[in-house]
Amino acid sequence: MAKTLFEKIWDRHVVTTIDGGPSVLYIDKHLIHEVTSPQAFKGIENRGLEVFRPRQIVATADHNVPTIHQELPIKEELSRVQVQKLVENCKKHHIELYGLGHPYQGIVHVIGPELGITQPGMTIVCGDSHTSTHGAFGSIAFGIGTSEVEMVMATQCLMQSKPKLMRINVEGPLGKGVVSKDIILYIIAKISASGATGYFVEYAGSAIRNLSMEARMTICNMSIEMGARGGMIAPDETTFAYVKGREFAPKGAEWDKKLAEWKELYSDKDAKFDVEINIDAAEIEPMITYGTNPGMGVSVGGHIPASADPKALNYMGLQAGTAIKGKKVDYVFIGSCTNSRIEDLRQVASFVKGRKKADNVEVWVVPGSKQVEQQAIKEGIDKVFEAAGFNLRQPGCSACLAMNEDKIPAGKYCISTSNRNFEGRQGPNARTLLASPLTAAVAAITGEVADIREFI
Amino acid sequence: MSKKSINKITSTTVPLQEQNVDTDQIIPARFLKATSREGFGENLFRDWRYNSDGTPKKDFVLNNPTYSGRILVAGMNFGCGSSREHAAWAIKDAGFDVVVSSFFADIFKNNALNNFLLPVTVSEEFLQELFTTIQNDPKATITVDLEAQTISNAPGGKTEKFEINNYKKTCLLNGYDDIDYLLSIRGEIENFERSHA
Repeated sequence: MAKTLFEKIWDRHVVTTIDGGPSVLYIDKHLIHEVTSPQAFKGIENRGLEVFRPRQIVATADHNVPTIHQELPIKEELSRVQVQKLVENCKKHHIELYGLGHPYQGIVHVIGPELGITQPGMTIVCGDSHTSTHGAFGSIAFGIGTSEVEMVMATQCLMQSKPKLMRINVEGPLGKGVVSKDIILYIIAKISASGATGYFVEYAGSAIRNLSMEARMTICNMSIEMGARGGMIAPDETTFAYVKGREFAPKGAEWDKKLAEWKELYSDKDAKFDVEINIDAAEIEPMITYGTNPGMGVSVGGHIPASADPKALNYMGLQAGTAIKGKKVDYVFIGSCTNSRIEDLRQVASFVKGRKKADNVEVWVVPGSKQVEQQAIKEGIDKVFEAAGFNLRQPGCSACLAMNEDKIPAGKYCISTSNRNFEGRQGPNARTLLASPLTAAVAAITGEVADIREFI
Repeated sequence: MSKKSINKITSTTVPLQEQNVDTDQIIPARFLKATSREGFGENLFRDWRYNSDGTPKKDFVLNNPTYSGRILVAGMNFGCGSSREHAAWAIKDAGFDVVVSSFFADIFKNNALNNFLLPVTVSEEFLQELFTTIQNDPKATITVDLEAQTISNAPGGKTEKFEINNYKKTCLLNGYDDIDYLLSIRGEIENFERSHA
């Protein structure tokens, strides 16, 4: 029988299925961080259990860490305790931790791929909704709650009902100045912030095929923003070339064996999807959001729809029917698990080189990991940012969710390469405009929402 | 977190007539620094509920003494966004046992079920009728019967069936959780590992 990519991986991981109920799904890799794990460790201990497969878990500190002076003790007490708790728990339960100060530390969804931990055909979970990022490699990857983190710690399994399947085909060449972030913002604007709830999404088509791995990660990363359980892309030569040679990638004969398996991971020609959506890549322009969920987006040259939610516009201080281009901004945030990888930083740097930031903006660049940071320094990207007046900080989730001190002040506008523009997401009463790294870069230079196509 | 079973709940309600309520509204990230599961109710809907100086916002429903009860009724796509289970903990900690909406975000729904907070999905039509009932009579009681999988809008009002898979229903009625079940089949899991190595 013809199978989808999802079904091929799912079927291979089902331990057993309860009659008329969920399946017991085996989990290959479990990523953990400081915020959603402490209660799970406590749960395990309260039950008198040990972590079942500690070698299949990898930990890092990212959500709650400062992005300056990481070498010093964390100032804020609760944050310090939470990060310290992760160190203690990992030590006690024999879990590999890439904590603060470690050369592999970084945002959990950046380090998994860059270390070769993320591989095609795997099931991957993490107590974070952007776990869908790893689906870019052709894996089933999704976010879970802390009770589920505890389940995976205890049994390496989860109880899961099989989701419905959606395929989104994006065909044709991308226009000038249009990057993968624009593709996903366009899709979410088209189908809404709840348009894929209950579905697992496969992204396909020539526009997706032609993307680099990092660009594919940006797309899969935001699957949750339209409600999808996860997103995935069939692995191909681009995927294999990216994985090969990375620290934890298979080597030698094991590589050959895995590669042969991975080459079977695609949706069969006659495989059935519950829903299929076709998009012409030529329709996609550089995108920006104007509202308080990621579905409230328009092209940068467009107008805020007359039908836009008044409550969202009131929060954002914007008017229906007006152009978004030319809107002054106060902050630019380049970072998060969506867009903080080396290609993102290179893209920004190549535009910014020889230019200076506008006086009215503060620009924060937060690399996704220590490895990204080091690579940026090696390539002289840090010098480009310094000359432009940007503030290059240290790795972490930072102003994406404003859990640490990196907050956008109340009422201020921030063009952000992150994934959520919810009320208060970047700080109480902060106003977020989601966009691509290129659109963020041009805003940093002009101090307002601008169309990158007029500058390149 | 004390676990308890759920069966039949009859209660007045708190209506939250907002759509796409995301988990950043339910519990903002800056309150996720605790390492235990308790006490999150205090900051439930923090920025909708309180001004920046900590004084309550009078127009927010949780601050309105007219409304109280163990059932929260909210607009469609409730619980979207972040996977933080703290959202379910906060709602439960604030005294709710049921959330009613016309649909829930997937991760939130699982998190709620894992904490014996019952997410009841109703039709959009039923939801709107429910809001009308509550508006007309804030003291109207709603009954949710898990065993029968029904929700009844105030005495004399309509009753609607809701879906829940049998496995989860059994867990909620009996106070079991997924870990209990998974631990009971650990032998099978080990066999799976051997045959898939």
